[in-house]
Amino acid sequence: MSFLSEALRLGQTPLHLETVSGDDVRRVVGLPRVDASGFAALLSPAASEHLETMATRAHALTLSHFGRTVSLFTPLYVSNHCANHCRYCGFAAPNSIPRSQLSLDEVRAEGEAIAATGLKQLLLLTGEAPRKAGVAYLEACVQVLRPLFPSISVEVYPMETADYARLTRAGVDGLTVFQETYDPVLYAELHPAGPKRDYAFRLNTPQRGAEAGMRVVNIGALLGLTDWRQEIYAVGLHAAWLQKRYPGVDIAVSLPRMRPHAGAFQPACIVSDRELVQAMTALRIFLPRLSITISTREAPSFRDNILPLGVTRMSAGVSTAVGGHAKPSKTEQFEISDPRSVAEIEAMLRARGYQAVFKDWEPIEASA
Amino acid sequence: MEHTDIFEIGGKRLSSRLFTGTGKYGNDALIAPVCEASGSEVITVALRRVDLDGKTDNVMKHIPSHMTLLPNTSGARNADEAVRIARLARAIGCGDWIKIEVISDNRYLLPDGYETAKATEILAKEGFVVLPYMNPDLYVARSLADAGAAAIMPLGAPIGTNRGLRTEEMIRILIEEMELPIIVDAGIGAPSQACRAMEMGAAACLVNTAIATASDPVLMGLAFGRAVTAGREAWLAGPGAIATLAQASSPLTGFLDRTEGAS
Repeated sequence: MSFLSEALRLGQTPLHLETVSGDDVRRVVGLPRVDASGFAALLSPAASEHLETMATRAHALTLSHFGRTVSLFTPLYVSNHCANHCRYCGFAAPNSIPRSQLSLDEVRAEGEAIAATGLKQLLLLTGEAPRKAGVAYLEACVQVLRPLFPSISVEVYPMETADYARLTRAGVDGLTVFQETYDPVLYAELHPAGPKRDYAFRLNTPQRGAEAGMRVVNIGALLGLTDWRQEIYAVGLHAAWLQKRYPGVDIAVSLPRMRPHAGAFQPACIVSDRELVQAMTALRIFLPRLSITISTREAPSFRDNILPLGVTRMSAGVSTAVGGHAKPSKTEQFEISDPRSVAEIEAMLRARGYQAVFKDWEPIEASA
Repeated sequence: MEHTDIFEIGGKRLSSRLFTGTGKYGNDALIAPVCEASGSEVITVALRRVDLDGKTDNVMKHIPSHMTLLPNTSGARNADEAVRIARLARAIGCGDWIKIEVISDNRYLLPDGYETAKATEILAKEGFVVLPYMNPDLYVARSLADAGAAAIMPLGAPIGTNRGLRTEEMIRILIEEMELPIIVDAGIGAPSQACRAMEMGAAACLVNTAIATASDPVLMGLAFGRAVTAGREAWLAGPGAIATLAQASSPLTGFLDRTEGAS
């Protein structure tokens, strides 16, 4: 069983949301449990006229399930070598940018610089270059970082289940992998070469991570590549499918909007602030216990304002350059919009009546 | 009222029957005033969130020293993980009390009775005061009692839902059948619901979400403390019998009097 047949079916049957009425939306928002058709209604153009109603419901659900807390993490880019040709990515193989990979001493220095800010949850990132930054390298990185961070997630190239299992044994507890687009035709256009061309293998990656024992699996689509309603619908159904099949795994969704970057690729469409709010509140109402991650791609004021609408995880003190925490660098995967430090984000949360959660897992595998 | 109503768990005498929590607060500085206003003496804390060596604010600093700590095994997906978390909690100085939460369903956060019973047995043998969180099921409750639990903590509704005593009839059966204290945990959304649980004969209530996410958590803590006391006193007072049917104007057994009178 995989989500593949469902994803392919979605790709061939576009949503027809123009028939959804305002009454349909109001009815769905009031339901105790929203199904897939209700979720589609919340993504409709008609629903964009009912954002306040949706936001009110999304806020109440978030408050009751997660309280006034937001979990903080930061990414650590350890390698930007990459064999992929993703047309939208600053680190794609054809882009002539300085390539580097951190030595374990440099990884330790980065880890210490991050830990000094108080952060305890780390997301390790690489490009797709298994011969340079493969499982053994990642295991070694985790070994260095483990004493500093009780929770380490990875956002690396898609692996086989056995390799993820090696990482979970080493102490990795979370996996982030975005499908980028759920549209298989567009996916093929955007990934003309490199191992990432395999749509099905990537789509089944979250499942392999869950089977390997990851506690948190974070999925998403890169918003701006095509119609966002269709993409968010697919993301929501994928998350629901994963929740149902792996009830012990905390399923999370990110909502990355495209930003300017080193390549010449520009977004096919711009997802507006209103549309992003609609996407997020629809996801929250559809899946009340879903973790929702908002990155520093978003601007400070927007991040602050959407806090109560469903956000449960935020990145802070971010650098998207390899080795960018210990020393500043100019080659970033994408430019961030929210450069605030961890202390500044924590202060903002406090001012808004929210508590920053730094530690949300106690590693138990090795310690008891 | 001056009462001799003694509530004792794990050799500890408690004067409050409200247990509180540390999760979901917008600001952990509210924890101490909530403890004070509510009168609670037992507080649960997720070990996964405890950060003793962290540079950031540590939840433990906000828990008043007179409180009995009830560390919980939030995040445990099976008995083995719950046991490891419990041992860690004891090792870092959280004491011998442990609230077992074994949950491998993130959609509803419902507890796994089988794994909970396994963890209870192991930890009770190791001298822990074990308070297992469970679905209100009589068979599971009996197996938890056999495994050495110090109390049974059935849910009123799924965690964080504030939906009230949805499992009232099942909890009532546990109260009637079990010798162990029944502490209603999870789902209680309003003081009236906590009061109701206590009127039914629950030994205590654990309330976190409804207090922590209230607009004024301290005032809500006060309200819950009073509601739990009121419910307990009503239980002790023994409420009058409730007439479920109106008395017929021509009593169905009236003929008995007539027959007797005639003889």
